Amino acid sequence: MSIRKDFPILARQSRGKSLVYLDNGATTQKPQVVIDAIDQYYQRHNSNVHRAAHELAEEATQMMESGRSLCQAFINAESRKEIIFTRGTTEAINLVANILTQRIKPGQDILITELEHHSNIVPWQMLAERTGANIKAVAITDEGELDLDDAAAKLTKNTALFAFTHVSNGLGTINPAKVLIKMAQDVGALTLVDGAQAILHLPVDVQNLGCDFYVFSGHKLYAPTGIGVLYGREALLEALPPWQGGGEMIEHVTLTSSTYQSAPYKFEAGTPNIAGAIGLGAAITYLQQQPIAELVAAEDALVSRALSGLQQIDGFRLIGEPAKRSAVISFLLEGSHPNDVGTLLDQQGIAVRSGHHCNMPLMTRLEIPGTVRASFSLYNNDEDVDRLIAGVSKATTFL
Amino acid sequence: MAVSMDLEELKETFSFFDDWEDKYRFIIDLGKDLTPLADAEKTEANLIRGCQSQVWLTHQLSDGKLHFQLDSDAHIVRGLSAVVLIASNDQSPEQITALDLDGLFDELDLLAHLSVTRGNGLRSMIEKIKHIAAHS
Ligand SMILES: Cc1ncc(COP(=O)(O)O)c(C=O)c1O
Repeated sequence: MSIRKDFPILARQSRGKSLVYLDNGATTQKPQVVIDAIDQYYQRHNSNVHRAAHELAEEATQMMESGRSLCQAFINAESRKEIIFTRGTTEAINLVANILTQRIKPGQDILITELEHHSNIVPWQMLAERTGANIKAVAITDEGELDLDDAAAKLTKNTALFAFTHVSNGLGTINPAKVLIKMAQDVGALTLVDGAQAILHLPVDVQNLGCDFYVFSGHKLYAPTGIGVLYGREALLEALPPWQGGGEMIEHVTLTSSTYQSAPYKFEAGTPNIAGAIGLGAAITYLQQQPIAELVAAEDALVSRALSGLQQIDGFRLIGEPAKRSAVISFLLEGSHPNDVGTLLDQQGIAVRSGHHCNMPLMTRLEIPGTVRASFSLYNNDEDVDRLIAGVSKATTFL
Repeated sequence: MAVSMDLEELKETFSFFDDWEDKYRFIIDLGKDLTPLADAEKTEANLIRGCQSQVWLTHQLSDGKLHFQLDSDAHIVRGLSAVVLIASNDQSPEQITALDLDGLFDELDLLAHLSVTRGNGLRSMIEKIKHIAAHS
C-alpha cells in the first residue's frame, strides 16, 4: 500500500536523477487533493469570509470553517472555538507569548528545554524581556532525551509556563508529553506543546494530553505553507486578551475603544489565509482516508532499515540515540562538515537538510556545528532508503 | 595559498569534467591543497559572517597587491575558496574590484553555490574580498 502516487512532485527529477525527498522535517510535499482544493477555491469560491451576505462569501466561510472543524476532530479538541488559525507554529507560539504578557510576573520562570527549535525559544526570551521573567531549560542526556530528573527539579511553584517540543526536529526524540504535562500541572504551570514535528507521525489527542496549548504547522502535514493551528483550552482563551487588533476580531468599535469577539475570532485579526485553511482541511480529510497506523508502522520500519544500513558505513556517526525515535535520522560523517555531505547528497538527487536546523542551543550542547538530517514521511519507500545509504556511502569516498 | 594553478588552467580543467563527481572531487582536492590558516588567525575578527560553515579570511597589502588567505571547516567551501583565490589573489585592488566572480562561477557551473539560500558563505566571502579591495 503506497500513497506515493498521490504526490505529483515525487515523480520529478532532481539533478538529473529521480528525486529522493528526505527533507520532510522542513516541509512535506502536497497530495493532488490538496492542490486541487486550493485550485477549486480560487476558481469557484474565492471571496472574503464572515462578511458579505452573498453566496460566494457564504461558501468561502463554510469551507474555511469546515477546515476548522476538521482540525478540531484531528486533535480531538473539545470545541471548535479552541482552534485558532495562524500562519504556522512560529506565529502560534508568538501569539501565546504575547497574550501571556500580563500574566507573567517578574522573577517567575519560563521553562523550555535544550531540544527546542528557535521558534520555541526566541518568543519566550522576548516575553521574559517584557516581563522580567527568567528562562530556564531542561537539560538533555547524551542520548538526546530530556532528563526527567532535571525537569522535576526545574518545575517549581515559581514556574509560570513549560513549553516543550513533542518531537525534536533535530534528533527525532519523542518526548513523554503526557508525563511532562502532568509534572507541570502539579506545580500549577501552564503548558505549551510544540507539535510541529509530531502532528504527522503521532496520534495527537489534546484532551488526553491535557496541555493548555498545542501548536502545529499545516505545511508539515501535507497542507500548504502559511497556515497553522494554535489549540488553546477554551476557558483560558476566553480569559486572555487579544494580540493583534483589526478587522474580524471585533464585536463593536468606536473611535476610542472596542469590544472583542470571543475565541477563536478574537485571535484572528484581519482577513485570514482562507485558501490555506481549506487546504489544511483537505490534507486532514486525505489523511483520515489513509490507513494511518499501517503507514506510520511502515515509516518506522523504513527508519530502522535506514539506520542499520547507515551504521554499516565507515565514519558514520549517529547524532542522538533516543529510545523513542520519530522519523528523523541526524548524523555526521567523520572529518567533514554537514554541509559537505548535504551538497554531495544533493548532487545525487537526494534532498536532505544540513546545518543547525534552527537548533543552535542543541548543537552547542552536543558540541557539533550541525548535522545532516534525513527526515521521512509516509510516502517514502525502500528505494529512498537504498538511495540514501548508497548516497552517504558514496559521499564518504569524497571526504 | 599553495594552489599552483592559474585561472586559465582552472577553466580548462573544469571544461573536461562531464560529471559532478569528477568536479566535486577536484574542488575538494583544491581545498586540501590550500594552506590552512594558523589557529591563531582563526579569530572572531577574521570570521566571515553569514556562513553556516565557518570561513576565515586574512589579507595583507604589499607592493600594491592584495594577498589573501582563506580557510573553512567545510571541504567544499574550502575548495570553492581556492577557486576564489585563484581568480583574485595577488592582484591590485583595482583589478580585484573589476573582477566578475559571478561570471566565473557561472562559467564553471557553480553559480548555485552563490545563492543566498545556500548559506555556505561563498557570497559573503566574495563581498568581503570586494569590500577589502574597495577600501585598500
Ligand atoms: C519543532 C519545530 N518547531 C517549530 C517549527 C517552526 O515551524 P514554522 O516555521 O512552520 O512556523 C519547526 C519547523 O521547522 C519545528 O520543527
